[in-house]
Amino acid sequence: MNSRLISIIRKEFIQILRDPRTLGIILVIPIVQLFLLGYSATSDVRNIPLAVFDQSQSPEARALLDAFRAADYFRIDYAVNSQEEIAVLIESGKARAGMIIPPDYANRIARGDAQVAFILDGSDPTSASTALSAAQLIGQAHATDILQEKIARSGMPFELKPPVEVRTRVWYNPDLVSAYFMIPGVIGMILFAITSILTATAIVRERERGTIEQLIVTPIRSWELVIGKITPYALLAFLDTLEVLAIGHWWFGIPIRSPLSLILALSGLLLLSGLGIGLFASTIANTQQEAMLTVWMTLLPAIFLSGFFFPLEAMPKILQVVSYIVPLRYYLVIIRSLLLKGVGVAAIQNEIIALALFGIFIMGAAALRFRKRLD
Amino acid sequence: MQYLIHATNLKKSFGGNRAVDGIDLSVAPGEIYGLVGADGAGKTTTLRLLVGALRLDEGQASVCGYDILRQTEQARAQTGYLSQRFSLYEDLTVLENIRFFAEVRGLTSKEWLPRCLEILDFVGLAEFRDRPAGQLSGGMKQKMGLASALVTRPRVLLLDEPTTGVDPVTRQDFWQLVIKLVSTPLRLPPNSENLGGEKEGGQVSVIITTPYMDEAARCHRVGFMKGGRIIAEGTPGELRATLTGRILELRGQPLNLLRHLAAGDEDVEDVQAFGDRLHLRLRQGSAGQVLKRLPQRIKSGGGTLSDLRQVPPVLEDVFIALTE
Amino acid sequence: MTLPIVMVDNLTRRFGDFVAVDHVSFEINQGEVVGYLGPNGSGKTTTIRMLLGLLQPSEGQALVLGYDAFRETEQVRARAGYMSQKFALYDDLTVWENLSFYGGVYGVRERGRIASTLAQVGLTGHEDDLTKALSAGWRQRLALGIALVHQPRLLFLDEPTSGVDPTARRAFWDLIYELAESGVTVFVTTHYMDEAEYCERVGVMRGGRLLAMDTPANLKRQIVKGEIWEVYAQPLEAGLEALARTENVQRVSLAGDNLRAITQNGLTANRLKSRLEALGLSVAEVRRGEPTLEDVFVTLAKD
Repeated sequence: MNSRLISIIRKEFIQILRDPRTLGIILVIPIVQLFLLGYSATSDVRNIPLAVFDQSQSPEARALLDAFRAADYFRIDYAVNSQEEIAVLIESGKARAGMIIPPDYANRIARGDAQVAFILDGSDPTSASTALSAAQLIGQAHATDILQEKIARSGMPFELKPPVEVRTRVWYNPDLVSAYFMIPGVIGMILFAITSILTATAIVRERERGTIEQLIVTPIRSWELVIGKITPYALLAFLDTLEVLAIGHWWFGIPIRSPLSLILALSGLLLLSGLGIGLFASTIANTQQEAMLTVWMTLLPAIFLSGFFFPLEAMPKILQVVSYIVPLRYYLVIIRSLLLKGVGVAAIQNEIIALALFGIFIMGAAALRFRKRLD
Repeated sequence: MQYLIHATNLKKSFGGNRAVDGIDLSVAPGEIYGLVGADGAGKTTTLRLLVGALRLDEGQASVCGYDILRQTEQARAQTGYLSQRFSLYEDLTVLENIRFFAEVRGLTSKEWLPRCLEILDFVGLAEFRDRPAGQLSGGMKQKMGLASALVTRPRVLLLDEPTTGVDPVTRQDFWQLVIKLVSTPLRLPPNSENLGGEKEGGQVSVIITTPYMDEAARCHRVGFMKGGRIIAEGTPGELRATLTGRILELRGQPLNLLRHLAAGDEDVEDVQAFGDRLHLRLRQGSAGQVLKRLPQRIKSGGGTLSDLRQVPPVLEDVFIALTE
Repeated sequence: MTLPIVMVDNLTRRFGDFVAVDHVSFEINQGEVVGYLGPNGSGKTTTIRMLLGLLQPSEGQALVLGYDAFRETEQVRARAGYMSQKFALYDDLTVWENLSFYGGVYGVRERGRIASTLAQVGLTGHEDDLTKALSAGWRQRLALGIALVHQPRLLFLDEPTSGVDPTARRAFWDLIYELAESGVTVFVTTHYMDEAEYCERVGVMRGGRLLAMDTPANLKRQIVKGEIWEVYAQPLEAGLEALARTENVQRVSLAGDNLRAITQNGLTANRLKSRLEALGLSVAEVRRGEPTLEDVFVTLAKD
């Protein structure tokens, strides 16, 4: 290998190792982000605080409440004595849902036309809709139980069965755990953000310190300088990938259903895009702050339009079109497919081609702008 | 004598690094004191201590009799400070810039206008008052910086490397302003808040830092700084006198050979090439012998001597002799 | 007769409306130490950057070591050494790591060459010092070592001594003279008027124009016409005004505790003294002064 390239890479490694704080940040931040996003960015609804105004105080009402307690969607936090109290609790955000059991609930059960009122805070539509269907399900199941009991008591010799039953089966993520969806996304985001930011700042730092001027007057070629500067950071990014994968697998229980080599190889394609964007930003920016800002400006929309937090299908048409130039979008499809589905290359070849094309394009554009000159 | 700046045993460390390591300073009214030294010698830190921008680790300092630790605000009110990279707002006009500095230093709306006009007149920028600062030449920016430091009519002026990298013509103008400032007593009564009981018409004291030795010669008194200490102090004349008669200038051919021959002489402490000639520093009292001995040695060594004579020492010679 | 090492012809560089370097022409010969004297912003750095192909010229040509500085940039760079104003050092590397890094980039990999370059700039024994802990003087030497590691025949030094104390400055100039003795051609910029005295030839830059280029002695002789007097008079300011209004006083300036006057047509010390005394000043002494490069600069700047 050529001596100039080795010199740059060696120097870069010495600098990285000599600054343990930055190295630590590079290696620890992904873990922190993973835990943060793995636990917080979840749309699973659990333990919604519920306020109950039980006017009936009958064994029947307690049975209903037990049914709600049994499902861990709700947590009965408040037993109140008026409708107004429920309103106050929901307004103050202490309770997210309220249930009013009328005084004649037990009698009405016996008559077969009992009603309870269920009030829901709809300000967060995602969790509200989940809570709504959960409440309905719990209510229906409870009603079926009561009916069955009644029939059993009446001594009729048949079992109650609904005429049609839809049997659902969820593939890949049978428990519908959000983490399965989020963690592959986190891997993509971290890889992309770290490579682009580190590349941009590492190169701009040379400009800030004035060392770039000294490097330009040496016989080093532009490509050697670029490759030499980004290789160490690409390796660090791979290390981060492995780290996040390992934690995702062993801590969050994410399946890894494809060979590691394939995962790393296709992650390399995303690195190409990240490095390219970082390099491009470094040709625009003169200071590290400028470089950071430039990268962030592209990073934020890229993350939102990648389908990381929100499904692309739900976005307006125009944003869906824009999302086609976001490399992370393709990578998320690729990494989710590889981890959760264990599909082969053929199933995701369009995404792979798109990601590769983007990487080559942005690298090429950056390389054209990166000159061994000061003006 | 009543000193306007009086400091004893100033000390300041950053981490383990002693930036200022026991400095004593006394500057009288009407005096220009030069702090001379390289980057990192502690010049800027000393000024920042005196202006109260950094807190003293040890020692005492007063400005116009106000203790800079206990009476910081009064001391600051008497101090004008021009930092090394003084900033002006390029998109504001000259007058707007000065007004800003006047107002942040607490001048009221009644005071600032006459004061600004007076100071712009003093530095010779009156006719450019409505020009955006970004369109001023380097020298004019320099003067504007001085004007903004002077607008509160301070008794003490601290200038941090005001002339580094500046055109000699501009430098000359700048120095004339500084000398004019210290030689003319303040014409107007001091600031309304300057009720420290001082007399009208007192003279200004200036401390100026510079890396230029030739500039140091323009100060009334000079302190050479190195490693956070003042290693020598005196008027330029006093400092030069320590080397009087000990500097010789030598011209001849070939210069290299002459250099080695001169350096070989037992009474020559230092040889320095200056383009086509050499400067020798001699041991005290050896000039007579060297002037007699060296021409013979050069002749027998195979060189041609065209001129060998005593020259007056410059401050740089003194600094080097002190630090070697 | 050998060709000049550097030939610059009508070199010009504009940044928008601003002319940083304005039709500059000069030559540098083998083994010369040539200085480029001027204040900040006079076009010194821009000139050097163009000669190394770091900036494209707007007009003009330059031949460096026989190569076209703008079309054969890599040939020039491989043979020339450059020490930039900022001292391009990596603070988090040691002295040895800095030098061997730049060595590696130039293809110099033998440890012996790195060690001898360190010895040349007097840093032997400091190999393992972290660069950020070095004093300004030592940083300057390391930066010089970096410019020398590939043994160039031509050395461009851009303000190598700014911010360095006089002792280190002199030691640095000793190094430059040793290099010149070994046949290296040196082109050095400075804004220190006194430092330009060290150079064999000096170019005076102002506002992007090269006002003159010659030996310091010739510059002083040819440009500063008239006699120089150091006048010790009190009060100084009154003296300054009086002399400025005196006939045959070409220029007068403040020089610390004295006034510096350049006179013409045989205006002698005695006449100066009596003129000032007639105006009520006390004159302690009037003695003959030597012209300096600052006098040269100021005289040139006025024309």
